[in-house]
Amino acid sequence: MTFFLQLVVTGLAQGMVYALIAIGFVIILKCSEVFNIAQGHFVLIGGYLGFTFLVTFGLPIWAALGMAIVTAVIMGLLIERLILRPLLGEPVLAVIMATIALSTILGGLATLLWGAEYKAYHGLLPTINFKIGAISVPSESLIGLIVSVICVVILMLLFRYTKIGLAMRATAEDLQVVQSVGIRATTVYAVSWVIASVLGVIGGILLGGVSGANMDLANIGLKAFAVVLLGGVNSVGGAIVAGIILGMLENVAAGYLDPLLPGGALAQVFPFFIMIIVLIFRPYGLFGLVRIERV
Amino acid sequence: MALGIGTFQENYAQDMSIFHSRLQWGSLLVLIIFLSACPLFFSDRILTILTMMGISVISVHGLNILTGYCGQISIGHAGFMAVGGYTSAVLCAKLGVPFLLALPCGALAAGIAGLIFGLPSLKIKGFYLIMATIAAHFIIIWTIIQLHSITGGADGLSVPRAKIGSISLSSKTNYFYLVMGLTCLATLVAKNIVRTKAGRAFIAIRDNDLAAEVMGVSLWSYKLQAFFIGCVYAGVAGSLLIHYYSFASTDQFPFMDSVWYLGMLIVGGMGSTTGAVLGAVALKLLDELVTIAGPILSAVVAPQAAASLALISHGLVIIVFLIFEPRGLHHRWEMIKAYFRLWPFSHEVSE
Repeated sequence: MTFFLQLVVTGLAQGMVYALIAIGFVIILKCSEVFNIAQGHFVLIGGYLGFTFLVTFGLPIWAALGMAIVTAVIMGLLIERLILRPLLGEPVLAVIMATIALSTILGGLATLLWGAEYKAYHGLLPTINFKIGAISVPSESLIGLIVSVICVVILMLLFRYTKIGLAMRATAEDLQVVQSVGIRATTVYAVSWVIASVLGVIGGILLGGVSGANMDLANIGLKAFAVVLLGGVNSVGGAIVAGIILGMLENVAAGYLDPLLPGGALAQVFPFFIMIIVLIFRPYGLFGLVRIERV
Repeated sequence: MALGIGTFQENYAQDMSIFHSRLQWGSLLVLIIFLSACPLFFSDRILTILTMMGISVISVHGLNILTGYCGQISIGHAGFMAVGGYTSAVLCAKLGVPFLLALPCGALAAGIAGLIFGLPSLKIKGFYLIMATIAAHFIIIWTIIQLHSITGGADGLSVPRAKIGSISLSSKTNYFYLVMGLTCLATLVAKNIVRTKAGRAFIAIRDNDLAAEVMGVSLWSYKLQAFFIGCVYAGVAGSLLIHYYSFASTDQFPFMDSVWYLGMLIVGGMGSTTGAVLGAVALKLLDELVTIAGPILSAVVAPQAAASLALISHGLVIIVFLIFEPRGLHHRWEMIKAYFRLWPFSHEVSE
């Protein structure tokens, strides 16, 4: 039982980080109807940025986080202006393909700047020891959990109480109405890309702090897609719930089934099985908007 | 399609023909002679590049029918190639089936895998389908690694050299002829598939699936047909790839290849057989350019520059095409042809 609970708690913290990354995806999708395949590569860049600022520059954690966020904002703005803006109004496939190409470019940049090597920076994030009964919560997981919750709260406040947050929610609701009352949709798009990029980078630093930064971090993006599909592509709340569910399921399944399978590594394909099952039986996810098309 | 001056079509057969003029027949002849003569004056290295191009062309034809014509986006094409490749590899290596029989078996197996993973396409489209096909790729590769006793798992599986009758295909020249023959055949078949009833149904589904269904095109049947045909092509390409190396390994079917096949389609121009060929050749040429430029760049800039150059150049090419020439090289080629056909009154070129 302790083993099980341990897996669940680790999964919960991990799932919260997945949720954080998935929220970035959902925000872009809601605001500009763009499916951002490169979300995982924001995480990759984030993981390496964490290494650069914490280890290479030797900054304290808060300064490093601030610098990483500034870099993420610039990255988000550049991507939106250079790649997404010229493709406004193009078919879905073209835009998706552009984000795929963007993901390879980001992967290439990471290779160029950091040499595609494994960069570890354990122990540089602050540590908190915490125990519930016999279950010890790993310090990194706890940090991940706390930071993710803080980010989600900030986002909620942003959407509820600021002008740009209202504009973003309005754009998600109806683009034409928004434009007719004089809100600049391009600003909303730019902000949504900035938020997604910041969330991805923060997720990257959190995950990098646990297992180090390497090129595999980009695959977290694929897990985020499973989260998004499970939660329903246009639901922020769904992303959080689904992130936690997937994180737990993945850890429990890997903990119990990996010793039974010869090749192991079930955790890597687990999200894809979830994806296929969700797509076949409930294509709009748990909390997604059901669009009915009948012939 | 615009015709050159002096070409008349007086009956239905002429109207439906692929090659209208003597010039076109002549170009075809020149192409065939050129391809047959390649081994005479090209080194083994260039023959290898051409063979790989041929395999890519076959694979992209499949993706073109599935994505370009039927509008069902697949980023799992390398996975389906792996199904075809491994099926024929296992048949050859473990059961001693002759190559000529194993090739269609592999194609069929890939087609069936396509049918299975195409099933979600009946309920979902766009991004959801992309996710389903990405998932298909990873599940296929994982399954191949899990079936260690049959497929050799992560260690790979060595396959005996392919033979047709008593002719061994171990030399680069023989294999080149095989691949080029199949490539020409695949191109001809692809060109003709899209002109049949099924091909027109695919286009109707791509342009507006609801309207197509209302007009009596069975989405269920034609979407699955598109998946089957597309994946059969992938299976043939996968078998050819594995038999070329006479070794099967999951590393030959990386996920990024699935993305590059889609990239080839975009660079070439979706929904055009010519485009599929142009795109595959263009991106493979870019690959070679990167292979040549890589070591120089590594020496000058940094050791990892070669790897990053490959990723960045491919990404940039795809984005540049999406922004500046979304209809691909095929469209550009048609414009050039129209320019010369209409010269000196070339103001009509617009479409």
